[in-house]
Amino acid sequence: MDLALVALVGLPVAAGLALLVAGRPVARVAAAVAIAVLAVVLGLAVLVAVARPAVELPLPAGIDAGLAVDGLSAVLVLLVAAVAPAVGVFAAAEVDARHRFFGLLLVFVGAMLATVTATNLVTLLAAWEVMGATSFALIAHHWTAPRPPVSGTTAFLVTRTADVGLYLAAGAALAGGAGTLALADLPGAAAGWRDLLTAGLVVAALGKSAQLPFSFWLARAMDGPSAVSALLHSATMVAAGGYLLLRVQPLLAASSWAGPVVAWTGAATVVLLGLVALAQTDLKQLLAASTCSQIGFVVLAAGVGGTAGGTLQLLAHAATKALLFLVAGAWLTALGTRQLPALRGAAWRWPLVGVLFAVGTLSLAGVPPLSVFFGKDAVLAAAAEASSALYAAGLAGVLVSAAYAAAALAAVLGRAPDDPAPDDPAPDDPAPDDAARAVERPGTGEVPWAARLPLVPLAVASAALGAAAEPVRAALGASGEPSPSLAEALLSGALSVAVVLAVLVPARAGLRGDAVLPELPALLRSGVRVAPLRNRLGLERLARRGVAAPTMALAQLLATADDRAAAGVARLGAGVRASARGAAVVDDRVVSGAVRISTTTGRLATGVAGFRVETVIVGGVRWVGAAARALGRLARRPQTGQLHHYYAQAVGALAVLALFLLLVR
Amino acid sequence: MLSVVVFAPLALGLVLLAVPRVPDRVVLWSWVAVSVADLALVVALWIGYDPVSGIGHETNLRWIPTVSAGYHVGVDGLSLPLVAMTAVVFAACAVYSLRERRAVRPYVVLFLLLQTASLGLFVALDLILFFVFFDVSIVAMYFVIAGWGHGERARASALQFFLYTFLGSLVMLLGFIGLYLAGGTFDIVELAASNPLAGQGVLGGLVLLALVVGLAIKTPTVPFHTWLPPAHGDAPAAGSAVLAAVLLKMGTYGFVRIVMPILPESWRQYASVIVIVGVVSVVYGALVALAQTDLKRMIAYTSVNHMGYVILGVGAAGLVAGGAEQARTLAVTGAVTQMVSHGLITGALFLLTGVLHARGGTYDMAAYSGLARPAPRFALLFAVAAFASLGLPGFSGFIAEFQIFTGSLGQAPVATAIALLGILLTAALFLLALQRVFLGATEVPAGRHIGDVTAVEATAIVPLLLLALVVGVFPAFLLEVVEPAARAVVELVAR
Repeated sequence: MDLALVALVGLPVAAGLALLVAGRPVARVAAAVAIAVLAVVLGLAVLVAVARPAVELPLPAGIDAGLAVDGLSAVLVLLVAAVAPAVGVFAAAEVDARHRFFGLLLVFVGAMLATVTATNLVTLLAAWEVMGATSFALIAHHWTAPRPPVSGTTAFLVTRTADVGLYLAAGAALAGGAGTLALADLPGAAAGWRDLLTAGLVVAALGKSAQLPFSFWLARAMDGPSAVSALLHSATMVAAGGYLLLRVQPLLAASSWAGPVVAWTGAATVVLLGLVALAQTDLKQLLAASTCSQIGFVVLAAGVGGTAGGTLQLLAHAATKALLFLVAGAWLTALGTRQLPALRGAAWRWPLVGVLFAVGTLSLAGVPPLSVFFGKDAVLAAAAEASSALYAAGLAGVLVSAAYAAAALAAVLGRAPDDPAPDDPAPDDPAPDDAARAVERPGTGEVPWAARLPLVPLAVASAALGAAAEPVRAALGASGEPSPSLAEALLSGALSVAVVLAVLVPARAGLRGDAVLPELPALLRSGVRVAPLRNRLGLERLARRGVAAPTMALAQLLATADDRAAAGVARLGAGVRASARGAAVVDDRVVSGAVRISTTTGRLATGVAGFRVETVIVGGVRWVGAAARALGRLARRPQTGQLHHYYAQAVGALAVLALFLLLVR
Repeated sequence: MLSVVVFAPLALGLVLLAVPRVPDRVVLWSWVAVSVADLALVVALWIGYDPVSGIGHETNLRWIPTVSAGYHVGVDGLSLPLVAMTAVVFAACAVYSLRERRAVRPYVVLFLLLQTASLGLFVALDLILFFVFFDVSIVAMYFVIAGWGHGERARASALQFFLYTFLGSLVMLLGFIGLYLAGGTFDIVELAASNPLAGQGVLGGLVLLALVVGLAIKTPTVPFHTWLPPAHGDAPAAGSAVLAAVLLKMGTYGFVRIVMPILPESWRQYASVIVIVGVVSVVYGALVALAQTDLKRMIAYTSVNHMGYVILGVGAAGLVAGGAEQARTLAVTGAVTQMVSHGLITGALFLLTGVLHARGGTYDMAAYSGLARPAPRFALLFAVAAFASLGLPGFSGFIAEFQIFTGSLGQAPVATAIALLGILLTAALFLLALQRVFLGATEVPAGRHIGDVTAVEATAIVPLLLLALVVGVFPAFLLEVVEPAARAVVELVAR
């Protein structure tokens, strides 16, 4: 059974690397191989979820790397292993350069599975960072276009910035006495170090989950293929951050500040990114912001100790969002656009896909009895027990989610205009950095059956996963955690339904309009005009101007200074060469160079402040050079004509050496 | 057998010099044969070495008895991994150089001399022997850069390299003389056992200063790094690979082999200075690398960054008060692992830049774009090397850096936290380089054809990256050898 756990991680990674190394010749079979491997992985996942094995890989220095499956890991392993093949089947119908895509996909899935089964910080960090690096390559899949590679780089750098927290956490764990770095031992670290450890883990998790203030990388990640979004931004990657916070819940509970910080960051992301989603006119961007917001519920749950609720929400959101991203991808391929106004009527053109999309959006909106309703409610119950302010923030999040989900649904439900769609998808000029069209191509007008196939099970899961609430509780051993009261459930369910109706009913009236989102009530339309929301809070620009640009400027400054310093040393070399012309022996050159340099020392010293160090070095160079020459070839120099220089320096050098030897005695 | 490993390359070099009119192909292939055979012998040495036994494969002969300098060689957990890495890098360079056409015989002889000097330095257990190999390596590298470098500045860069590192070696020699005067021998093992400068604060400090400056120039650390970029910029690819992979390690190896065991008291006293030098090198090297437009200079500056981690680790191991022995051992183990890892990865990166230069005639990143289309395998290899170099888990660099950071944080929390910025900066600079050179629309210098890597080039480069991968995924075989030796160093420092 241990072997099954090793294979669960090792098989996809090995198969993925094999596809990558084999390259273009296997492009034809790559999809089939990958789907077969993912099917096996699903089988292994069921196996390990039942048997709960553990593998120890001892490393020197008392650190135990290892993998193990407990209740929480079992849930996550099943989730990842179930969503991955669905995405794989969809991608097989859509993606080019398959050896690369499926190779990376398999490595990514292996890394995610290792992340959720890791028992200590080394394994966790390793898998965590491999996931980040493969996400770079997956997002940059269309690398010949200028924008996707930049987006991949942005995603990787932002998440790695947060990952530094994990490195800090590992060091703090060791310094604080949790020497094995086992996740279970972390709460036992000494108090001061434990705070650093907690902070590091929290930052890393927030970064991976695209919570505030790291949320902007997720928007850039939308430049990747839709299949990538469907996997990375539902069941994996962003889920990993939420998972980590749920995993280290005892650690969060051990300090007074960590729980509230995590909970409020989650709550703020729920509300703010929900509003951002409401302001998007690009379906994928709407879904991306919604992902931040929905994962915010998971983070909120982790902060208040609601592990069962958080896990359920993680599951429900993963199924729902994978479905929605795949539908968005299918329409992007078929219609060549992801702009909501241009997607009008898409639901009627492909009724099955439309129904499935409706299931997804209604679940996202929190309409009972679909899965996200149960997830959010469980989280809200935990929040209510911790603080009424958090509960209120969560309820606000429910309202906003219902609004943007209904808005997306209303947009695709609208009847296509009688006249052919005006080829001007964004009259209400989109955000300046919105490069949706950078990855849009002419539509194929088709949604292939292979692409529709995986949508069905995802939609079923999205609808029915609420039933998993009790099994999840049991698996986590979290029966003591608060479950939603009937009143709370009625309240949030009623709110969701009310908002959805409030959006959809007036939309019926304006079905044939031609403004941006004529279907939506004025209140919602105005959101699109709020620049900070439309620009996703301007966080990316802030990071570019506030962090990236100053770093580059500093780098330029230092590089210039460094070149000057090097030129100072090089001038010595040049002086040496010029002065030594005609002399055959290297040490001759040193002497002459030293003579030359002494005339330039003054100039150097009055030069740039940074030169001072170099001058000292130059002086040292001169001194030791002279000493070496003096010691080595005293007898062979009369023909230089600079005998007096020579002797003076030799005497000086010998005097210093003698002094040194005296001191040593 | 150890001496055979060390002197086999030199012997071949002498034969090549002695036998007239050897065809170039024979010269090149004989180098490949000897370096591969040497590597096989090193593997045998590794298998025959017991990590808990201390020094193995030892030979101790009288050499200059008047100053008790001996031919004392042997390997332990500090040197064996470096010997192995050196053998691997030289074998890779031998294969890579098969296409060399300019003055082949002296080129190969110089590399064989370098090979003996490098192997000899890592196995030397006597200060004079260490010094001799140290200087021979400098002289040989000078001629490699001056003779086979590209650009008009090659000779000037070579001279600068020579003067700078030669002066460093003289300063170091001064320190060696100080150790001799205090301990009455040049034997490293005896000096380490006797701790000759214990209780002599100022004197110990002076000797430490001489040794540290001498080794820091070779490493190089900021502010002694200015010889490195021009030397790399103008050296031939194989020369750069050896310079970065092997010669730089002579500096950092000197710290763990000589300075820490023999001067424990002074090392502890000035450890915070060492830590600061390490951190400054990490951040400064990475920042300056980030601003480079020349691919080869960029990689050269990342060496300053990577060696900075090593210095941070060994410095933190001297901060005895701050942390447990477990952490300090981890830091030193990480430092040694980093030396091996950097050798493999940067060796590969410099050979890859050689591939680029051979096709495009320039290292200027602005001259290229979208090379992944005409040269997909080249792009894949470069991407793998770049991710390995930025410390991606799964490659050796992560194992090394993780140990250094984790082991140093307890003793030097602020410094280590700042050094962590280094992994962000290297990630940024390598991703930017990948983006500029390999992704986007394809552009190449006018009149140039960018072909993919040839079989010979791949044979030279792939094993280096594979080894980095093996160490990254199955580090135990390496760490089992390094860790006992690292613990011994930590115990010596704590005396």
